[in-house]
Amino acid sequence: MMRRDLAFKILARHVGDAIIVPVYQAAQEWRALRPNHALTYYSIGAMGQASSAALGLALGRPDKRVIVLDGDGSLLMNLGTLVTIASQAPKNLVHFVCENGMYEANGGHPIPGQGHVSFAGMARAAGYPSVFEFAELAQFEAQVERVLAAEGPVFADLKLVPGEPPPQDYTFIHGPEARAAFRAALKR
Amino acid sequence: MSEASPVEGKAIIEAVAASGVEFIVSVPDITTSQGVLWPLVSDKRFRLVRVCKEDEGVSICAALSFCDKRALLLIQYTGLLDSINAIRAAGCDYKLPVAMMVGLLEKEPGVPPTQSQRFGVRIVEPILDAMGIPHALVEYENEAQRIAPAIAQAYESSWPGAILIGRRI
Repeated sequence: MMRRDLAFKILARHVGDAIIVPVYQAAQEWRALRPNHALTYYSIGAMGQASSAALGLALGRPDKRVIVLDGDGSLLMNLGTLVTIASQAPKNLVHFVCENGMYEANGGHPIPGQGHVSFAGMARAAGYPSVFEFAELAQFEAQVERVLAAEGPVFADLKLVPGEPPPQDYTFIHGPEARAAFRAALKR
Repeated sequence: MSEASPVEGKAIIEAVAASGVEFIVSVPDITTSQGVLWPLVSDKRFRLVRVCKEDEGVSICAALSFCDKRALLLIQYTGLLDSINAIRAAGCDYKLPVAMMVGLLEKEPGVPPTQSQRFGVRIVEPILDAMGIPHALVEYENEAQRIAPAIAQAYESSWPGAILIGRRI
């Protein structure tokens, strides 16, 4: 298992000017790590919807790479998204799922199918052309460029444990400034 | 005095095109299937995004607005009811435009939605009212002119809006 904050540190070195769509604790860790990455669309208001928002952004801006940092509980709330994304086949979409096996933001309860369900298997069956799984940091670091360069839509399951608790900045993440900054950055 | 003519799919599609909509995001609805969705499939002015569930479409439409792309979510009222939380989050809390065209399955022709015998149909407008979401009923030919202003209002106000299709097209 990887620590999520350490995995994100590796990822952050490679994202360039990609659009990032993080959810819940991943959003808090991403914000703590890259507070000035204005091309971040925090997708927190409705659990499960991040990958759908990311698909909209990927279709609307095919010139930009869109990276969604989904949660396993979140993805389980919107499994049809895998089929919709695979069907639309945006080459610029990279779909990470942070598999920690629990509803971390809601008391740490286990997700249904914890440890048994195969997110990579579901993505593959849905029709994602490029599917990866990582449980070791060194392996992820060695392969991250390959993941981001693969033909999309790309799916990568990161088997994780939470990192150092990040500051909880829901005021900014939910506030209009976050979306205004994202909108302005997207126009630049 | 003769009864007004029912609205036709062609008038609906032309109004949608005139509104600058590029993306149609849809789960099929029998109310609009034959007259609207099937013709849209081959209409090169639009890109059709078929989604598995309507709330996906809410998020897709809202996100496209950041890219200055207009979209129409074409769904059935059951899908609207299923998507309330996504509409609340992306549309109302985040103040993003989500233009929806919603078929009122089995609403009786000429009967106001709130007076329908169908419970699900009856509650649509009160729920939209409770959320502060404007809605326009389109059932007759002369009501197709309500479509373009409703879509424009959604984008100009950055807020959801609903066009309710009151009879099978």
